[in-house]
Amino acid sequence: MTREVLSGNHAQSHAVRLARAQVISAYPITPQTTIVEKLAEFVATGALEAQLIEVESEHSALQAVVSASALGARTYTATSSQGLLLMHELLHWAAGLRAPIVMGVVNRAVAPPWNIGADHTDTMSQRDTGWIQFYPESNQEVLDTVLVAYRLAETAEVRLPVMVSEDAFYLSHTVEPVDVPEPEIVDRFLPPRTGHAILVPGTVGRLGSFTGPDRYVEFRRELARASAQVPRVLPEVEEEYRRLTGRSHGGALPTYRAEGADAVLVTMGTMTTTARTVVDELRAAGQRVGLAKLRLFRPFPDTELRRLAATVDRLGVVDRSYTFGASGAAATEVQAALYRGPHRPLVAGFLAGVGGRDVTPAHIRRMFAELLGPADPEPRWADLAPLEVDVHG
Amino acid sequence: MAKLTLPAEEWMYRGHAACPGCGPALAMRLLLKGLGPRTILAIPACCWTVIATPFPTTALAVAVLDNPIESTGASLAGLRAAADALGLADVTVAGFAGDGGTADIGLQALSGMLERRTDAIFVMYDNEGYMNTGVQRSGATPQGAWTTTTPVAGTRRGKREPKKEIMEVVLAHHPSYAATANPAFPEDLVRKAERARAARGPRFLHILAPCPPGWRFSSEETIALGRLATETGLFPLYEVEDGVYRITRPYGTLKPVDEYVRAQGRFRHWTDAEIRELGAQARAGWERLCRRERETAAVARPPPIPLTA
Ligand SMILES: Cc1ncc(C[n+]2csc(CCOP(=O)(O)OP(=O)(O)O)c2C)c(N)n1
Repeated sequence: MTREVLSGNHAQSHAVRLARAQVISAYPITPQTTIVEKLAEFVATGALEAQLIEVESEHSALQAVVSASALGARTYTATSSQGLLLMHELLHWAAGLRAPIVMGVVNRAVAPPWNIGADHTDTMSQRDTGWIQFYPESNQEVLDTVLVAYRLAETAEVRLPVMVSEDAFYLSHTVEPVDVPEPEIVDRFLPPRTGHAILVPGTVGRLGSFTGPDRYVEFRRELARASAQVPRVLPEVEEEYRRLTGRSHGGALPTYRAEGADAVLVTMGTMTTTARTVVDELRAAGQRVGLAKLRLFRPFPDTELRRLAATVDRLGVVDRSYTFGASGAAATEVQAALYRGPHRPLVAGFLAGVGGRDVTPAHIRRMFAELLGPADPEPRWADLAPLEVDVHG
Repeated sequence: MAKLTLPAEEWMYRGHAACPGCGPALAMRLLLKGLGPRTILAIPACCWTVIATPFPTTALAVAVLDNPIESTGASLAGLRAAADALGLADVTVAGFAGDGGTADIGLQALSGMLERRTDAIFVMYDNEGYMNTGVQRSGATPQGAWTTTTPVAGTRRGKREPKKEIMEVVLAHHPSYAATANPAFPEDLVRKAERARAARGPRFLHILAPCPPGWRFSSEETIALGRLATETGLFPLYEVEDGVYRITRPYGTLKPVDEYVRAQGRFRHWTDAEIRELGAQARAGWERLCRRERETAAVARPPPIPLTA
C-alpha cells in the first residue's frame, strides 16, 4: 500500500488502473476531464494496458464501452452533467444488455444557466435506468468504491452497470491523502473478467434482439431480480475488500450517532462530512441528533431505512438537486420506502447545495433546528440567498 | 447466360422476416458470403432489426449485437477495441445500417469511427428512406420521390431536395477502402466484401437495396431494377482504395433512365421533362466518376483486380 495525495478524480483513475480496465472511452467535460487525462497518461506510459477510444461524443463513449463490455472486456467511462444526459438512451442499453460497466460521474449542475458546480440533478435524472448508483464522501471512498463497483458489477447474479459519483470540485478537484492498494492485493480481489456467453465470434447468437409482450416482461423481471441481489452481494464484496485492505465504508446506509436520536439527517456525498461535525457539536450540547449517509441510491436501501425508521421519530432528508414537480428525489424515495414499512416517522425534505452552493455547518444546524421544531413535512429550500435575487433580469 | 461463381456457404438462414423481393435481405446474404463466419455484426434499429427475427431465434449465422439507430460507428469502435484487448484479432468487425442509421442520425458516429481510423467495416444498405417506420423521407431519398412525409399532394411533388451523397462524405475521411455495390451484381458485391475484409483501417460499403413496398414496385422486379440503377449511371459501381478510383462496371453508353423511373410508384407523378432532367444528372455524375478514375490513376495504384461479374 502507498499513501498518495490525490484528488477524487485521480483516485478514480488509480482505481481504474488497479482494476486493469481493458477498454476505456470518454469525451471531455468539466469537471470529469482530469480522470480521463490521468488514464491517458497511464496508458501512454504503460502503467495501464488498455484501449483508449477518444470518441466524438458521450453518446458514442457509452456505446463504445457497452459494445466492448458485451464482448467481454472490462470497461470504464466517465462523464458529468450534460454528458450524462446525452448518454441517457445508452444507459438503458447498458443495463438491458447486462453490461457490467463502471462509470465515474462527477456530479455537476445541468444547464441552463450553465453552471459547473456540484449538483445531483444529472445522476438523479438517470436513477431509473437500471444502473447501480454510489455517492461517496471522500477521495479514499471514491477509490475503494470503484474497485468494489467492478466486483459487484461482475458478480454473476448481478451483472449490472455501476455509477460511482463524486461531488464536483469538493471531491473531483480537492486533494487529500489516499491509500492506494498494491496491484497484487487488487488482483486477488478482482480477478480478470470472464467473457460474455452470448456474443462469441464464430458462433450463432444475438445480443439485444427484439421481443413482443410475450417475452419482454420476463427480460424486465430478470433485471429486477439482478438488482434485488445487490443488498445481499454488496456486504459480501465489501467484507472481502475489508479483509484485503482493512477498509470498509459501511454498506448502503451507514449511520453515525443515530442510536437513541430524536432526529436523524439523511445526507449524500460530501455534505455528510459537514453534517458529521455538526452532529458532534450538537451532541456535545446535549441534543440527541444523528446522521445516516445514503451511500447507495440504486437499488434504494429500503430495508436499512426501515431499520433506521424503527428507532427515530424524525428524519430529515437533504437533496442536492431539485426534481421538478416532486421536490427532492431522495426525500421522495425515503418517504416511499417507509410508507410500505411498519414505522413511519416524520420525513422532512431539505433542498441544499444546488448548483455548487456551499452547504455550511450553519445550514445543517438550521436543518436540525427545523427538524426538532414543529412537525412540518413540507419540502423546503434550506439555503436560498438571503437577499432576493432577481433572476428575471 | 454465364453461371454465377459465388461462395456456396450461406451465413444467413431461410426463415428470415423480410418482405418478398427485399433488397436489404439480398444485400446481407451476399455481404456475409464475403465477410465469412468470423464476423461480429453491429445492427442498429432498421428493417434488419426485424428481418433477423425476434428472440430467441436469429436469421444470421454470425454473432450479432444490436445497438441504437445512431451509434453503429461507436459500437464498431468498442467491438474492435475489445476484440484486440481480448486477443480476438482475427475477427471481422462490421456494422450493417440503413441509410438513416448511416447518413442521417448515424452520421456523427460514422464520422468519428472513420476519423479515428477504426479497424472495421461500416456497411450502409440504401433503401432510400426510413422503411422500417413506414416509408418516411431520409437524406438518401432521391429528389422528387414520394414518401409518406414527402407527399404528392397540393403544391408538393415528393422530396424537394437532392439525395445526400454519402460516398462524398465518407471519402472526405480518406477511408482505406470504400466501394458501392448492388445485389443485382452479386459477384461484384461479394468480391468487394472480400476486399473490405482483407483491408485494414476504416472501410465503407454503400449497397443499393431496392425496397418493393417503399419504392412501389412489384417484388419480382428487385434485380431488374437494381441492374437498371447501375446501367443508367444513377448508381455506378466503383471502389476507392487509398484514394484511387476504379469503376468496376464500366459502360460505353448508359441506358436511359425512363424505364427505371416508370417502374416505380414513388415516381409515378413525374413528367417527361423531369425524367429527362434525371437522365442528365445521371450522365453528369457518371462523367464526373470517369474523370476521377482517370485523374487518380496516376497515383500509386494497388494491384489490378480481375473483373469477374
Ligand atoms: C433514436 C431513435 N429514433 C427513431 C427511431 C425509430 N426508427 C426505427 S427504425 C427507423 C428507420 C431507420 O431507417 P434506415 O436507417 O434508413 O433503415 P430502414 O428502416 O430503411 O431499413 C427509425 C426512424 C429509433 N429506433 N431510435
